[in-house]
Amino acid sequence: MSEAQGEGLVFHPMDQFIVKPLFGEGAVHWYTPTNAALWMAVSVVAIILLLVIGTRGRAVVPSRIQSVAELAYGFIHKMVEDVAGKDGLKFFPYIFTLFLFIVFSNFLGLLPKAFTPTSHIAVTAVLAMLVFVTVTVVGFVKNGAGFLSLFWVSSAPLPLRPVLALIEVISYFVRPVSHSIRLAGNMMAGHAVIKVFAAFAPLILMSGIGIAVTPLSILAITAMYGLEMLVAFIQAYVFTILTCVYLKDALHPHH
Amino acid sequence: MEGDIVQMGAYIGAGLACMGMGGAAVGVGNVAGNFLSGALRNPSAAAGQTATLFIGIAFAEALGIFSFLVALLLMFAV
Repeated sequence: MSEAQGEGLVFHPMDQFIVKPLFGEGAVHWYTPTNAALWMAVSVVAIILLLVIGTRGRAVVPSRIQSVAELAYGFIHKMVEDVAGKDGLKFFPYIFTLFLFIVFSNFLGLLPKAFTPTSHIAVTAVLAMLVFVTVTVVGFVKNGAGFLSLFWVSSAPLPLRPVLALIEVISYFVRPVSHSIRLAGNMMAGHAVIKVFAAFAPLILMSGIGIAVTPLSILAITAMYGLEMLVAFIQAYVFTILTCVYLKDALHPHH
Repeated sequence: MEGDIVQMGAYIGAGLACMGMGGAAVGVGNVAGNFLSGALRNPSAAAGQTATLFIGIAFAEALGIFSFLVALLLMFAV
């Protein structure tokens, strides 16, 4: 504890985001099994278990796990239909996969000692770039050059249109950036705040002031944890619904 | 010495970038508050608009995220 006092906090709140090899120490290569790979695999296995076990019975009166699987399916199906339109349903499997992966990574990352893959921009940037490339390709395949009318706001007065076109082009290319950093930033910030309060909790061992600080910080961890449960779901929801919005733009680019 | 001043500037800039958080907070609160006042006037129409609410919040939040991005760039890339 004595050297920790000199350092300030007992552990650094960002330490939880370090990608480490699972076995032993050493450099991380592309083939090294890391904690990030482990927790991504855990969420994929959990999704497969939920959907395979959930759909095995196909009972008229669903079991608990079947209702969870049906609830998730119906929720995303309705979202895609409402936001992207009927012809967006072709992309429903992709969007459902995205949602389940993000929501499971977020929630499993809340377990103590767990690693949150979605707190890394490297992971979310791949998801967001895939959405961006898919949406752009779909837009050009469906509409040809007509897709460019997305940037030409025909309802605006003519002199304003070039200015708006510039803004629209910039906002189009900023999409993958904000899409990925929103998810990673929310996950990272929430977990870091929990760890900052967790670092205050052992103060009771060091000095008298800790008697006041420790219960407060434990309360704060509990409250933040509750908030993080909400954020974990809402961020997955926001990522999915924005994918639907971008898909709608690609399918119906006319303003 | 010169490197220290550059680093000091980067850290001060990263701290200043946190002011963007306040802007995002005002924006998100504005969206949610206006949704609530509209929803209380016509509760039957509110349920259909929650998706729009979240899209609006996400777009307002995106600008706050850019200040976070600036802070990250100043801390780790400059």
